[in-house]
Amino acid sequence: MGRYVIRRLLQMIPVFVGSTFLIFVMVYALGDPVAALFGDRAPDPATAAQIRRDLYLDHPLWQQYTHYMAQIFQGNFGTAFTGQPVLQLMGSAWPLTIRLTIVAVIVEGVIGIILGIISGMRRGRSVDTGVLVLTLIVVSIPTFVSGYVLQFLFGVKWGVVNPSVSAAAPFNELILPGVVLALVSLAYVTRLTRTSIAENTRADYVRTAVAKGLPRRRVILRHLLRNSLIPVVTFIGTDVGALMGGAIVTERIFNIHGVGYQLYQGILRQNSPTVVGFVTILVIVFLVANLLVDLLYAVLDPRIRYA
Amino acid sequence: MPEPLTPPNGRTASEAIGNAGAGGTMDFAASEAVSIGLATAPTARARSLWSDAWHDLRRNPVFIVSALLIVFLVVIAIWPQLIATGNPLACDINKSLLGPAPGHPFGFDTQGCDVYTRTVYGARASVTVGVCATAGAALLGGVLGGFAGFFGGWWDALLSRVSDIFFGIPIILGGLVFLSVVTNATVWPVVGFIVLLGWPQIARIARGAVITAKQNDYVQAARALGAGPIRMLLRHIAPNAVAPVIVVATIALGTYISLEATLSFLGVGLKPPTVSWGIDISSASTQIRNAPHMLLWPAAALSVTVLAFIMLGDAVRDALDPKLR
Amino acid sequence: MDTLLDVRDLHVEFRTRDGVAKAVNGVNYSVNAGETLAVLGESGSGKSVTAQAIMGILDSPPGHITQGKIFFQGADLLSLHREARRQVRGAKMAMIFQDALSALNPVLSVGDQLGEMYVVHRGMSRKDARARAVELMDRVRIPAAKERVGDYPHQFSGGMRQRIMIAMAMALEPDLIIADEPTTALDVTVQAQVMELLAELQREMRMGLILITHDLGVVADVADRIAVMYAGRIVETAPVHEIYKAPAHPYTKGLLESIPRLDLKGKELYAIKGLPPSLINIPPGCAFNPRCPMAQEVCRTDVPPLYKVSQTRASACHFWKECLGD
Repeated sequence: MGRYVIRRLLQMIPVFVGSTFLIFVMVYALGDPVAALFGDRAPDPATAAQIRRDLYLDHPLWQQYTHYMAQIFQGNFGTAFTGQPVLQLMGSAWPLTIRLTIVAVIVEGVIGIILGIISGMRRGRSVDTGVLVLTLIVVSIPTFVSGYVLQFLFGVKWGVVNPSVSAAAPFNELILPGVVLALVSLAYVTRLTRTSIAENTRADYVRTAVAKGLPRRRVILRHLLRNSLIPVVTFIGTDVGALMGGAIVTERIFNIHGVGYQLYQGILRQNSPTVVGFVTILVIVFLVANLLVDLLYAVLDPRIRYA
Repeated sequence: MPEPLTPPNGRTASEAIGNAGAGGTMDFAASEAVSIGLATAPTARARSLWSDAWHDLRRNPVFIVSALLIVFLVVIAIWPQLIATGNPLACDINKSLLGPAPGHPFGFDTQGCDVYTRTVYGARASVTVGVCATAGAALLGGVLGGFAGFFGGWWDALLSRVSDIFFGIPIILGGLVFLSVVTNATVWPVVGFIVLLGWPQIARIARGAVITAKQNDYVQAARALGAGPIRMLLRHIAPNAVAPVIVVATIALGTYISLEATLSFLGVGLKPPTVSWGIDISSASTQIRNAPHMLLWPAAALSVTVLAFIMLGDAVRDALDPKLR
Repeated sequence: MDTLLDVRDLHVEFRTRDGVAKAVNGVNYSVNAGETLAVLGESGSGKSVTAQAIMGILDSPPGHITQGKIFFQGADLLSLHREARRQVRGAKMAMIFQDALSALNPVLSVGDQLGEMYVVHRGMSRKDARARAVELMDRVRIPAAKERVGDYPHQFSGGMRQRIMIAMAMALEPDLIIADEPTTALDVTVQAQVMELLAELQREMRMGLILITHDLGVVADVADRIAVMYAGRIVETAPVHEIYKAPAHPYTKGLLESIPRLDLKGKELYAIKGLPPSLINIPPGCAFNPRCPMAQEVCRTDVPPLYKVSQTRASACHFWKECLGD
């Protein structure tokens, strides 16, 4: 197991370098950060050159990249367009996005699994068809549409919730945004659970459990669900990283100043330290989440052995 | 590719489950579609697989409805004048935000443009992006993934690493960064970007399907009888590996349309004067209290379009997957 | 002798998209305490479906019991309430499945799965149940039971897994065991060992055993009586040694003659011609008539009843006498 983890960590390095370098190149191509700094005014050439030297911009691209990464791993993420250190920006943005992700994961996990179980166990009946149609519709509505519609209905028309989230963003204000963020994954979890349950219901070991005279509850909970939920749980695990990266739209709609919001601002203002800094962390989160999921898979399913 | 004990197609657990891809919309049906690869057996059966599938599809109301919808959308995308006589760019600011009027069933937007005409014309951008991006991604992903699965070795390892890199980039974020550089207002940068980030998903499916097909006894037999690699790939493997790729591509088409709209909504996808549902929804979002009709029609058109393609993909998958019969 | 199980006129059908498959069409058989009944037949003959109906684990839908009674220790199982029925399963009658790898839960340790019997039916604590699981594994001669009790099914060999299946069935010392092709999935060398173990435990605990198989070789050593099934009906039932000596049904005869024999080496091997009938469309009259070398006109029209051949034998053939006489 330990050797497997080490190998996986080593394999992550090229992926990490590749992803961040790709982003770095693109951000670099965004435009001249010095010009962006001065806005419409023409910068004084001497000052501009000084800033360039300070920002390491007078070196070739790959050197800039290595320099930048070295800085990051020393905890120096540079300065955002507001003049704040990027690190400080992260300190305020990450907790919001993490909270939003937690809400989304709970929503997609709980509701998705329940709907999936119901429809998987009633395969072919009207409940099942209903749930399937519902998941198709949910998947077809892009997040930014469902976001605005739900915000309009719950926030404006019925006034159940505040249409935009306050700066502190406590959990109760994040329920609606969390639902919006989770919707598409929710549909996916539902379908995955349904397929898995339907397949396992016919499995021989479930028949054995019935033949053993176990009560129905025990057959379902201990034998059927325990097996059926392995792929679902691992999917939700991988989805955590995706949700964080996909929160841009949701955060924009509900005005949450999380990671997605800061990234969006960073891109609009052509502030490369913000963009590359946040992306680097996102990529790491994503890769680590994938590794954890593979390890979790081995814990849940004893047939998987990582050596 | 990590070597540990892995689920069937030699993928690691997390890869097997969701295609991990960052944009939640992109990976909807990928893993479910993988199983079709296992279902496609010998060439003789492949033929009957297709005719069986067609037999099933013709009787499937979901397929009929979605196919008709798609035909309609394509026709509208090519000849919007058929049902909308107005000009989507001819606007009268005096009519800003007005509700439905005779000849203007959906009302007007902020600039006083006719929402109905714009909604009809919006199909062109969406269908163009969807079809072109899917064709590109399927071709690129199918060929690269197919070769990786067939030849294995360093080619396969390289492809896996490269697609891992693309999977590591959250898709909407990637779109923001990549496309904010572009000033070209046509659909092509968006198509290019979607192909760039979409092909690894299809490559992965194609790779798995080819590996599965390669292990079939009749393919081994053909090899034992001295069939050359090109002949094996074209005659024996490709026909069997194509089914899952088609299914994933169909479903991906719907999600690509959704992705284009999202990017346009964020201001980095298509840009005016191109008429796009995403742009219209974005401008409608600020007026949602005063003029909900502005949001409703393009949003409905977009959702129905995406739904049609996802339903089509779903129906095709059900027809091609004998396990569900 | 005490009749343990008495199946009377059992009918089971499967309602599928392609039509109604009549899997079991009036099966009658009984098993006495301590007796081994071998149920013989090709796949699709209804032998497993009958067993599933007895156990109450028929997949329903599509399977439905449309007629008949199943008496177990005097009570009709089919009229029992669901909960009462459940308490019979596992405790009083248990089943051994063909493929232990798929029949055992892959994600629970064998100790958990064995112990579960005691936890559920006897209300034991998990710790006590674990200790009993080790005893059980010892009893079916699994080496190093104590160390292996926490292992998972895939970590055992095929033969060992089947022993675990047997242990699970024996756990609560049931009165009846149904073994559905218990050795088919195993290597030939292991088959004999597992069969021996099963027979030995059965003798020790004086259990009734229904041994479902299509392998005549297995039957001869362990069974007391044989019931041969064809197209959902019993076509012949007899004590084991008598049936080998002189079958009273052309189908049984065909089965016996299609066993390769050393003394007939070099001669053409006998095979029953044709294929088993589709259960959706069973031929009228005797279901075997299209394949039967002795078929007459009456066989195509009249369903043969189960004729009494002797005190202990019966045959569902209009021409059982001729068959015996051959």
